[in-house]
Amino acid sequence: MLEVNDLHVTVEGTEILKGLSLTINAGEVHALMGPNGAGKSTLSAVIAGKDGYEVTQGSITFKGQDVLEMEIEERAQAGLLLGFQYPVEIPGVKNIYLLKAALNAQRAARGEDELPAPEFMKLVKEKLGLMKMDASFLQRAVNEGFSGGEKKRNEILQMLVLQPKLAMLDEIDSGLDIDAMKVVADGVNSLRAEDRAILLVTHYQRLLDYIVPDKVHVLVDGRIVKTGDAELAKELEANGYEGIEESAA
Amino acid sequence: MSDTQTFLDTLNARSQQCEAEPTWIAARRQAGAARFEAIGFPTRRDEEWKYTDVRSIAQGNFALAESAEFSQAQAAALTLPLDAYRLTFVDGVFSSALSDLDALPDSVQVLPLSKALIDNHEAVGGPLGRLTSVDFSAFAALNTAFMEEGAVVRIAPGTVVEKPILLQFLSRAGTPVMSHPRILVEAGGRSEATLIEHYAGETDATNFTNVVAELMLDRGAILNHYKLQEAPLGDMHVASIHVEQSRDTRYSSYNLNLGGALVRNDLISDLNGQGAETNFLGLFFGQGRQHVDNHTKVNHNAPLTFSNENYKGILDDRAHGVFNGKVYVKRDSQKIEGFQSNQNLLLSDRAHIDAKPELEIYADDVKCSHGTTTGQLDEEAVYALRTRGIDEATARGLLTLAFAGEVLDQVALDAVAERVELAVAGKLPERFNLAGLVEAAVALND
Repeated sequence: MLEVNDLHVTVEGTEILKGLSLTINAGEVHALMGPNGAGKSTLSAVIAGKDGYEVTQGSITFKGQDVLEMEIEERAQAGLLLGFQYPVEIPGVKNIYLLKAALNAQRAARGEDELPAPEFMKLVKEKLGLMKMDASFLQRAVNEGFSGGEKKRNEILQMLVLQPKLAMLDEIDSGLDIDAMKVVADGVNSLRAEDRAILLVTHYQRLLDYIVPDKVHVLVDGRIVKTGDAELAKELEANGYEGIEESAA
Repeated sequence: MSDTQTFLDTLNARSQQCEAEPTWIAARRQAGAARFEAIGFPTRRDEEWKYTDVRSIAQGNFALAESAEFSQAQAAALTLPLDAYRLTFVDGVFSSALSDLDALPDSVQVLPLSKALIDNHEAVGGPLGRLTSVDFSAFAALNTAFMEEGAVVRIAPGTVVEKPILLQFLSRAGTPVMSHPRILVEAGGRSEATLIEHYAGETDATNFTNVVAELMLDRGAILNHYKLQEAPLGDMHVASIHVEQSRDTRYSSYNLNLGGALVRNDLISDLNGQGAETNFLGLFFGQGRQHVDNHTKVNHNAPLTFSNENYKGILDDRAHGVFNGKVYVKRDSQKIEGFQSNQNLLLSDRAHIDAKPELEIYADDVKCSHGTTTGQLDEEAVYALRTRGIDEATARGLLTLAFAGEVLDQVALDAVAERVELAVAGKLPERFNLAGLVEAAVALND
């Protein structure tokens, strides 16, 4: 589904990713772990299309399409969705507007008609229930005045409504207490499906107790230095990243 | 021939038809004409008109409309969909066919000026011109010289007017005409009412409207005043609104400007009694080569008076906006609060805003603040929306709508808020069906 090959990325003249390769297949949940500054967030930002990241070498393909040639919105319409570590507050834009506009854009890209209002509301209400969010959230401006936990839940709500093919979740566990983490994890787990993949970018193993990954990658200094299964995350928890860095060096 | 002469000739031709009018009116007209002749149209050398060039009005040739013909169907398409007491003017001429004062209570008078003058002209003569003298501006002088139609609203003390009072001004396409409506509102003590001025018209109209409104609020009166200006894009629109507030009154102005080629609003509140409060909310949206100028002034003439102003401007293409807001605190008017904010959003590199907030304070125990910002859309937010699959144009449209939302959220009349929201959303691509969305949101609440 996603093929990242020998990716080199420079930010303001500094090389952050130094030949990263990664393959994610449909139905899989991958966790990308690593110390601060390793380039974890850079990977998801480049895939989503954020400005300021220069790809100097390598490729990213998603279902055979060259991602780097696609507009930001085209990537999302194709099913590549990024959940932000720090969701942006958008004063004045109601959540309901965002959800409706986003869903319509995706459907239009697939040549489908707009979802009629009653069906749309039914869908949204069901997903709200799943995320234990009140309907009043929909009338509030996107993330404005939301607590950290509310923002993260809102990111997952968007995923549940938009049903991406590849959900990338950047540090979705940061700033969450244990109850909120469970709700967020339940939401993510409900996304698991045969035809969908999930990429979790995380610093801590804690999240992986709730969302058990099929594969764990360790990113150090712009390259994946080790790949394993869920057990690898536990090793990291016990021994830290230093041991890995040493063995990789 | 000078610019003023064209207007004076039109006036002279008209005056011969007005011989039967009361002498005080003839005298006011003459005073207006004399003042206008003496000062002529303002130029950009006048400080008050520094950013606004009125040559397109001064050099125009505007006739006076003779009839108020307008089809019911056309009017229905333009009118605000709300239950209101309604007076309609077509190119300044009163249309009784398009007006509706059914079930107006005895405690409220809503009259076309022409009728008020016939019924009891002395009652009009006293207040008319008390707030807006011919010295205020060339346009006020011109309005006075030409005044023959408009609206008189009188609300008896203690009356709560349940339905809004809607004054609807429609502009027709065809030979350019001018109109000089005069609005007089006397809100009795502890009365409460909503007044709407609505300007709209046929797309190809190129008329000149020059309105003067004088609003007098007696002790404890509450007046919500909407001015929805969505005149055709070829229209010229000049308005002077003066508000006199006595003790414990509350006046709220919602000044919403979407239309017109050249627009100038002067809004002035005199807070003359303790406890008087004035709220100025404004939104202007200019596209193409529209020029929209808002001049506001709050005069804190008494202690313990309050003002709160929030104007937001959105300018696209080569539109030019002006915001000049002044807060004046008279000597020893203590314990007053005056807040002012102006935010502008420029959607194109060639759009332009001149923003000038002014504070003039002659008392020491006051709380006053003002601020003005001008900027572009938040690119982080544009990016965040695009990562959800929303195309860039829609993302920018949504954020523009959100910017306007802060003012629209405070508009209590749904028909007005929705009209403006849809007008702003008009920039959004077709497939983002806002109307459907609003309905869905309402359904959710039920």
